[in-house]
Amino acid sequence: MRKVYPLGHIRTPFYIRGRSGVVERLCGAFGNPEELAQMRSGEPKQPLYRVRFLQTEVWPGYRGNPEDALEVEIFQHWLE
Amino acid sequence: MGGLPAGRVEPAEHDNAEWEWRVDALMTLLTGVKGGKKLMTVDELRKNIEALGPDAYDRMSYYERWVSSITQTMIQRGVVTTEELGRKMEQIEKRGRE
Repeated sequence: MRKVYPLGHIRTPFYIRGRSGVVERLCGAFGNPEELAQMRSGEPKQPLYRVRFLQTEVWPGYRGNPEDALEVEIFQHWLE
Repeated sequence: MGGLPAGRVEPAEHDNAEWEWRVDALMTLLTGVKGGKKLMTVDELRKNIEALGPDAYDRMSYYERWVSSITQTMIQRGVVTTEELGRKMEQIEKRGRE
């Protein structure tokens, strides 16, 4: 994941920026929420992926089951 | 802020940092005061400062609020996109590390 914090309306959670995950599947293509939030078209549509992160990768010092995972839907332009 | 009770106002002289003068100049240019293209108004500056919320408002300095508000306004108006801003921030961060 890209690790950057620009202003605006962004659907990529802060806590997974800069973390590594595995793409589970492609969910389809949707209007870009960063543009839709500013009352613009959001076109062209952007591919959206379901990405799986291990909790141990997301939260330093995570003490639960090491296989615990978190799935987040991420637009392509936030993947690195 | 917003009519809430606050402490005493302590008048003190201070000089602005270099980046603060640049933010001030940026605002002057964007409002078209010097005959340039008018890309925002002082009302938008105020609106987006008020949209920061009380926590961020208290945490940020005067010109930090300005630069945050100017950025939001430029995104809202489509002068820059969040995507372009993020890419530029990554580029500058990389330059700083080299």
